[in-house]
Amino acid sequence: MKVGIPRGLFYYYYYPLWKTFFQELGAEVVTSAWTNRQTVEKGVEAAVDEACFPIKVYFGHVRELCCEPLDYIFIPRLVSVEPRSYICPKFMGLPDMIKASLPELPAIIDITVDISKTDRLLKRDIIRVGEIFTHNKHLIKQAYQHGLFQLYKCRALCQDEYNMAEALRMWEGEEIALPANYNLNLGVLGHGYSLYDQMISMNLINRLRQMGCRVKVVENLDQDSVEAKAAEIPKRVFWTLGRKSVGSALLLESQPEIDGIIYLACFGCGPDSMVGEIISRKLKTKPFMMITIDEHTGEAGMVTRLEAFCDMLQRRKAVVSENYISAYG
Amino acid sequence: MKITFPHMGDMHIAVKAMLAGLKLDVVPPPPITKRTFELGIKNSPEFACMPLKINLGNFIEALENGADTIVMAGGWGPCRFGYYAQVERDILEGLGYKFKMIVLEAPDSRLYDLTQQLKALGENVSLWEAVKAIKSGWNKLNAVESVERQFDYYLPRAWDKDRVEKIYDKAVVNIDQAGSKEEAQEAAHKAIREMSHLDLKPGQPLKIGLVGEIYTLLEPAANYDICRLIGRMDAEVSRSTYLTEWINDHLLGGMVKKSVRKKLVNHAKPYLKYQVGGHGLETVGHAVHFAKMQYDGIIQIGPLTCMPEIVAQSILPSISAREAVPVMTLWFDELSGTAGLTTRLEAFIDMVHRQKIGTNKHVKEA
Repeated sequence: MKVGIPRGLFYYYYYPLWKTFFQELGAEVVTSAWTNRQTVEKGVEAAVDEACFPIKVYFGHVRELCCEPLDYIFIPRLVSVEPRSYICPKFMGLPDMIKASLPELPAIIDITVDISKTDRLLKRDIIRVGEIFTHNKHLIKQAYQHGLFQLYKCRALCQDEYNMAEALRMWEGEEIALPANYNLNLGVLGHGYSLYDQMISMNLINRLRQMGCRVKVVENLDQDSVEAKAAEIPKRVFWTLGRKSVGSALLLESQPEIDGIIYLACFGCGPDSMVGEIISRKLKTKPFMMITIDEHTGEAGMVTRLEAFCDMLQRRKAVVSENYISAYG
Repeated sequence: MKITFPHMGDMHIAVKAMLAGLKLDVVPPPPITKRTFELGIKNSPEFACMPLKINLGNFIEALENGADTIVMAGGWGPCRFGYYAQVERDILEGLGYKFKMIVLEAPDSRLYDLTQQLKALGENVSLWEAVKAIKSGWNKLNAVESVERQFDYYLPRAWDKDRVEKIYDKAVVNIDQAGSKEEAQEAAHKAIREMSHLDLKPGQPLKIGLVGEIYTLLEPAANYDICRLIGRMDAEVSRSTYLTEWINDHLLGGMVKKSVRKKLVNHAKPYLKYQVGGHGLETVGHAVHFAKMQYDGIIQIGPLTCMPEIVAQSILPSISAREAVPVMTLWFDELSGTAGLTTRLEAFIDMVHRQKIGTNKHVKEA
């Protein structure tokens, strides 16, 4: 049996788990191509105009998979991946949105991941999904455990300056070398599915590397310290990715070697509109830039902004060593 | 302590009565005007949804009028609203205002919690007085809504639409100033009696169901008074959400009235199987409900970039196809102009009207 996994949204966070799980149950796993111009065009065509860019891209990935002979397509409903936190309302309705907009779909495997209160339902849903392939419950549980192990292994690759997309490629056997020389240290934050997608982020991370920056992302930081920093603000941020961004921003600010922080947001992203505001208000000593993107953004504009930001950091670095300059005038 | 709160439709009437019952000084924000918008837009994050911007404008104007305590609701997601209070506090502090913010973090709590939170607000109030304060606010709200429902009925039918609006506006002021439950009810009855004496047009008007996000539905400033615009086009509007229903479902735990929420969830099930925060599920459920009630058209409204409503918007076309009812989505942000809105509404209503003529011989062409 063939199972298709769209290469969008939480692919960047959970692909090793999903792939291992389905393969161990005897299915063949097919993914769509890395996001490209066609994916974007197909997605923009199918999704409602008001949806955010990553959601549109996801529609494109699903449409691409529809052209292949698949038995199933895997579209999870991610409500909450940790207690008392959510991802985003659009993730909660994703399978329904896809079903309503794309009529000719292969059978959908939609698993509801909601462990905001209890993980009982998730366990039941995993068995339900596994039973499509086998009736051996032990095998299903084992496949899930192996999946978790692979996921752990993949995430461990992020301890150097690799981001999740690179870790995924390395997990599948590719070798990736990072530039050894750099003269600026930057923290780059944002939702992984837009930041690590080279098409959506317009290759933001690699562009910065080419400009001589060493880039740190959320996954490169010590997760316990991130959580500890995130707990410092008065009300816990109830979006998983948003909380990590806030925690990382505060953690990066406390690290002296970091020169500046960039936040990549998508136009129309609900959590970003709040989280970006919180971060920009909390950061007092480090320069911060928020870049908002959508499907219309021209690359030239972004490159100019990145260059200007880096130039500014270089100059600031040269002056700061003599006497302190506030990041905010 | 001078307390203020954000506007949402006619909520201020109830909140004022309630806080007065708790023996608190109330400084309600002035009515929402262009200046409110400007203040809010200038100081809010650009991509925040519109309710936050209007809230912020309300707060700034109320603080200018001498308020020193803000009461705001909270929540635990996934909708952005749960984080409004935090961002708003940061912004207002950044602007240099001195104030205290009380966040009622209990949108889905029990009545007891609400009473306790309110009791903590009023300093020297007994539990009995707190309950009485809630009841007084509730009674006024019910009175306003009884007039509002009649207003929605008579506006499309009456020849003299200005008169209907005048009666309604006066009734709202009278209920706001009423000192007791009886006075409030008397004001409501008087308005309803007056409306019933008006000359009506013959025939049945088109029926339009209005669904969407609660703030945009309830706050005329946020939807450019869409109910009146549609009513003046001789179509009857039914809103999906009324404030009393929402309070009953979410704050009072369905104690006072029979809750329709369960029915809505069932209606939505074939299209949307999971709650998506905000009012996404309610929007889908109500749209199906209106379709089943043989409404002629459905309009969804919400603030631009509202996440739950985007999910609902993606699903509405399949409801439209399967239940054979025209659906239109309108997004509101601070840049909406009424001329464009009117044109779109006119086109939609013309289209709905023609479709009805096509299927029903009893309706004559206008």
